[in-house]
Amino acid sequence: MAKTSLDRKFDQIKKREEEKSFSIKKRSRIVSKFLNNRLAVFGLIIFTIIILASLFAPLLSPYDPMRVDLRSMRQAPSFDHWFGTDSTGRDVFTRVLFGGRVSIFIGLGSAILSAVVGIAVGCYAGYKGGWIDVIALRVSEIFMSFPQIILVLLLVSITGQSLFNLMAIFILTGWGGMYRLARARMLSLREEEYVQALRSFGLSTFTICYKHMLPNALSPIMVNITLSTAMFILTEAGLSFLGLGVPLNIPTWGNILNVAQDILILQNYWWMWGPVGLVISVFVLCVNFIGDGLRDSTDPSQQG
Amino acid sequence: MKKEILKLRDVKVYFPVKAGVFNRTVGHVMAVDGVDLDIYRGEVLGLAGESGCGKTTLGKAILRLVEPTNGEVTYVSKEEDETELTSLEKKDMDPFRKKLQIVFQDPHSSLNPSFTIFGSLQDPLKKFGVNSKEERRKIIGDLLEAVNMRREYMDRYPHEFSGGQRQRIGIVRALCLDPELIVCDEAVSALDVSIQAQVLQLLMQLKKDNNLTYLFITHDLSVTEYLCDRIAVMYLGRIVELCDSEDLYKNTLHPYSEALISAIPVADLDKKTKRIVLEGDVPSPVNPPKGCPFHPRCPKAKDICKTEVPTLKKYSTNGNEHYASCHLIDLPEIS
Repeated sequence: MAKTSLDRKFDQIKKREEEKSFSIKKRSRIVSKFLNNRLAVFGLIIFTIIILASLFAPLLSPYDPMRVDLRSMRQAPSFDHWFGTDSTGRDVFTRVLFGGRVSIFIGLGSAILSAVVGIAVGCYAGYKGGWIDVIALRVSEIFMSFPQIILVLLLVSITGQSLFNLMAIFILTGWGGMYRLARARMLSLREEEYVQALRSFGLSTFTICYKHMLPNALSPIMVNITLSTAMFILTEAGLSFLGLGVPLNIPTWGNILNVAQDILILQNYWWMWGPVGLVISVFVLCVNFIGDGLRDSTDPSQQG
Repeated sequence: MKKEILKLRDVKVYFPVKAGVFNRTVGHVMAVDGVDLDIYRGEVLGLAGESGCGKTTLGKAILRLVEPTNGEVTYVSKEEDETELTSLEKKDMDPFRKKLQIVFQDPHSSLNPSFTIFGSLQDPLKKFGVNSKEERRKIIGDLLEAVNMRREYMDRYPHEFSGGQRQRIGIVRALCLDPELIVCDEAVSALDVSIQAQVLQLLMQLKKDNNLTYLFITHDLSVTEYLCDRIAVMYLGRIVELCDSEDLYKNTLHPYSEALISAIPVADLDKKTKRIVLEGDVPSPVNPPKGCPFHPRCPKAKDICKTEVPTLKKYSTNGNEHYASCHLIDLPEIS
């Protein structure tokens, strides 16, 4: 009987199985699932390029981001100045590169730190329940109901503008959301029978909730981290735009955008705000792609 | 002489019902309301009853997955040392957690989806002193083979298995610390019939090989008939009948058990069965009826049933002990 193409395929599979080239997994499942997601990989590549470019900014650009050069004010993009120059003659491309350092640090740093705080509190309180949970819930409500902008104003007027003040405020106002997300997942997970089985072995609370339950709660948290990274970068841009964020002399993406407050610049000098706006949007988009990819790859019940 | 492995005395599990702005306790759900029960070493004790009667809660209370509100759970070791479990501190429970294990009902939620089988089973072993990884892999591998699965399956994730396979993995988990008593909480009711038979046979085989005792919780009396030595029938948090499994089917004493048994389908066309249909639902365990808890649904209820609570009395059928709590039994009571 003639062999169909399906037969040949099965023969191949059988042969490979016999050679045991199947059974050994070289890559971990999460990594290979992530790499199968094209958008996520694309996001990761652009994300890495932007981060590397800002880290190695001094090698990529001959200019100093702070140096004022009044002879070359408001020049349109050219071979010398890729993104043109701003009102004081500083090279916009260089400033975008250096600004990325601060902006990404604030965005990712605050998102990850607030996630760490939120998860640490949320997992434990959600699993344990009782008065710990009630207290944590009320405290998070207080933090979440406090208007961010007033907190910023308050801290800026007391201690002056600084990067770490801004991050502290982002974490203080941001952990509540992460806490609630983690808590809600834990509340539904703790009734699952595998958790009861672990309890019937008398394993410690820490092992049960951080080692065995947390991985199952992680996928929505992962998405939330990326979303809040994006949000923090945008908030930083917004606050800097208002002059409340990072001190104006430090280049950040928000501080660079700040010049667009001037209607004259907005109308006539597009290169001062256009490229940096684009970079912010692209970066935020990439972070969201990565978040989607991470969510899908950490969800064990989805086939990759 | 039969030796006890577990003695339950007046075990009660009440869940508070909270209501209102101040979360005041307005009542209790009496999930388990005073159960006395001895489980003997090496037997299979069936615990039957309809849903909501407290059988799962009782099983969990034994393992202290649910804290009993009242009563004593005493573990009797092979050397006949008695330990009362409910008064122990959490950490002093550890040596007894090894002896008492549980197999759960739902094969889909009973395995952690984020870990391989080995990953989720190794922590208990680690905790109880199996320190080398090779040894842990060997124990789990051996047990997997004992439940007719391949050793390599330990590196797979739960979603790669079928319901029956998962249930067998659940059994492996219960067995991995070499327990003496396993609470099978509706262990087969989520499986289809052919797989049920397979898993039940496996359970009996394992019992023989490892000298296990089972507390077999089920709502399906046709399953209990096949494998239990004794059966306890529960209704509304109480045991209403307790006897050898053969006697339950041949010399039924309690009208509730009669109704349950009449509901078992029989594969015989000529046989006429008289189906006893119970009216209504199980009464609310928050507010159980006065007198015999079964009287509103009992086809034989008399006036005495509405006022006096029957106690579990000892009778004799076929020369065996037979406990039942009903006012309407005309057999002589044995003290």
